Amino acid sequence: MQLTERQQEYWHKNLTVTSVLLGIWFLVTFVLMYFARDLSFNFFGWTFAFYMAAQGTLIIYVVIIWYYARYMNNLDRVYDVHEGEDE
Amino acid sequence: MAGTPAAPVTPAAGTGGMFSASTNRGFFAKLKKAYSWYTGGFLVFVILLAIAEQMGLPRVWIGYIFLVATVGLYAGIGIIARTSDAAEYYVAGRRVPAFFNGMATGADWMSAASFIGMAGTLYLTGFNGLAFVMGWTGGYCLVALFLAPYLRKFGQFTIPDFLGARYGGHIPRAVGIFAAILCSFTYVVAQIYGVGLITTRLTGVPFEYGIFLGLTGILVCSFLGGMRAVTWTQVAQYIILIVAYMIPVVWLSVKQTGVPIPQIVYGQQLQKVTALEEKFINDPKEIEVRGIFKARADAAAAKLKNAEKAYADDKAAAVAAVEKAKAENAPPEVMTPLEKALGGFPVDVAAAKAGWTKEAALAARAAPPLRHAEAFPGKDEPARDVSRRNFLALVFCLMVGTAALPHILMRYYTTPSVRQARESVFWSLFFIFLLYFTAPALGVLAKFDVYSLVVGSQYANLPAWAAAWAKVDPGLLSIVDVNKDGIVQLAEIVLGGDIIVLATPEIAGLPYVVSGLVAAGGLAAALSTADGLLLTIANALSHDFYYKMLDPNASTARRVTISKILLLVVAIIAASVSAQKPADILFLVSAAFSLAAAAFFPALVCGIFWKRANRWGATLGMIAGLSITFYYMATTQPWLRGLFGVTSSIADNTWWGIGAISAGLWGVPLGFIVIIVVSMLTPAPNREVQELVEHVRYPNLTGDRMVTTAT
Repeated sequence: MQLTERQQEYWHKNLTVTSVLLGIWFLVTFVLMYFARDLSFNFFGWTFAFYMAAQGTLIIYVVIIWYYARYMNNLDRVYDVHEGEDE
Repeated sequence: MAGTPAAPVTPAAGTGGMFSASTNRGFFAKLKKAYSWYTGGFLVFVILLAIAEQMGLPRVWIGYIFLVATVGLYAGIGIIARTSDAAEYYVAGRRVPAFFNGMATGADWMSAASFIGMAGTLYLTGFNGLAFVMGWTGGYCLVALFLAPYLRKFGQFTIPDFLGARYGGHIPRAVGIFAAILCSFTYVVAQIYGVGLITTRLTGVPFEYGIFLGLTGILVCSFLGGMRAVTWTQVAQYIILIVAYMIPVVWLSVKQTGVPIPQIVYGQQLQKVTALEEKFINDPKEIEVRGIFKARADAAAAKLKNAEKAYADDKAAAVAAVEKAKAENAPPEVMTPLEKALGGFPVDVAAAKAGWTKEAALAARAAPPLRHAEAFPGKDEPARDVSRRNFLALVFCLMVGTAALPHILMRYYTTPSVRQARESVFWSLFFIFLLYFTAPALGVLAKFDVYSLVVGSQYANLPAWAAAWAKVDPGLLSIVDVNKDGIVQLAEIVLGGDIIVLATPEIAGLPYVVSGLVAAGGLAAALSTADGLLLTIANALSHDFYYKMLDPNASTARRVTISKILLLVVAIIAASVSAQKPADILFLVSAAFSLAAAAFFPALVCGIFWKRANRWGATLGMIAGLSITFYYMATTQPWLRGLFGVTSSIADNTWWGIGAISAGLWGVPLGFIVIIVVSMLTPAPNREVQELVEHVRYPNLTGDRMVTTAT
């Protein structure tokens, strides 16, 4: 099975967006939380670290997945992918 | 009950996913309408019950009505959606729209532990408990980026299916079956236990009956309709559980702050809680109570050091006291307690030791209250470092475990397309997020009520809910006047985590019908998860083991029948194990995550992203990851240590101070390393497998149609 240039390009774009989003995920989860004790300034009543662990990171996770779905589904349209039984 | 959804059955029961564009959209519209009616009907039902309560309907009746109505509803959906078609039974015909698959995944995901236990854990452990909130949501990023779309493109029925096809041969599949059953079974036992507990609370029937009553609800549904019935029931269960979770929290928020959005305003309450904590840490009365606990714990610890002598001394002292009182002709009010003390004296040294060990554990209550908002608390810098390491390790294990639990991954086989699979992960996390970002708010609001209303009140007039719960179940709430000053100190309160969700309606001053609603929500959470897990186990056995490994010529009807029988058998085994009330339920749940993470995640991710990964790499990687995770648990977790007779001290067996709950921290990297090293040392997979990887990765390759239609 020979891969066309367009397919290589599609996969490359997929890997790029995946790694960028994964980087953000890693940053807010492990790097930010590692410094949680130093991030104890007041943030609308919560300490910043508490807010991030209880709400902030969660919102970022939802946005990461939302963006990935939107980006990839657009990519599918641009590269004219038809699979499954879509609308 | 009003609003039973009729839509799940309306689309013609096609065999594949052969629906034209307009049908898919029409199906979605129908579902939306049906579930809107259903939600409205459910709310009307609750309101009617509330009115009936005001008119004098007894509380026990409300409990029964909730139980019968909801379990009956789930069973009804199961009967309507019954099927014996393989595609319908295993993957709901691959017709579940992203939005509804998200809801179903939410219910599948959120178990009794999330619904009832989470807010309590957050109350008790403060910041460190947020590891659960982060871990159980962030894992969906891994599901979305690494697994869901590719598994959907692969388009088979189960997770061992993927391992079998990607790595070839029966061995990787067999390891996958073993791992899937191991983690699903540990998890399902905990769910059925939860079902029994809630049913008992709701109706007052004995625990064992409660288990089997709840089990009937699970079985009617998954037994008749497999994945199809489970999907539509889970959507219904999600709606009930989210409504049940929100109403009391919103009410509590209005009561405390006047704002009905608890997630936004609880920051202010957290500040007030923090101020109260500082007050309690320095309050002389609190210090006095903690001092009493410290003295008692120290005395017991001293006796434990030389148990034989202490036992003899104590016994002699008790006998001497009675003798002395007798000789002095003491009045009965002096005599009776002394004789009672002698009568109740431990029969032997072992019994005395058990009592002292319990007393020595009071040392925990001698500690000043935890600062809720402080990250990684500890007495000094090294202790804080260990706390931080464990927090991050737990987050890691829960996230990777989320992205490896077969009953969750299986749900993404049911969407009509890859695009919908991607969107579906978004909806899944969105619906889960609604509950998970409310739980920390509930923890703080409940804490504020306890700190400001219970602490400092007179023992003679405790808040009604506190008095009632302390009487019902001392395991959930016990308040004892330790320093005999007639006023409640914080250190005198012992609180079980589960009470936070269960008692919130009463803390907020809501009618009993809301308590019934909360119990029904907990039941929905436990039942939906149990449904998904049982189905995973039965499918692993019938589809992967029987059909793929033993008898590849078995007819569809035969496979589905075998799956149904297995479901029944597994459910009964799981229920019998739960009825024994195994020692450490909470540990079992977290163990499932570490085990799943170590077993599946490396093999699945390498299978998609690294063409060179081969059969031996994957097989040995899964075995190595599982083994080291299990070994670490067996040597560091008290219950398992007892089971395997490990005698060396826990401290000698821990690596880097990591707790047993995060054992997957070692298993996941080891799994990756073994897969990579072994794959490089053995021949590359054949052309056919490489083409499968390309098929999963790239759109529109020739031969796609052939692979997708071959099931």
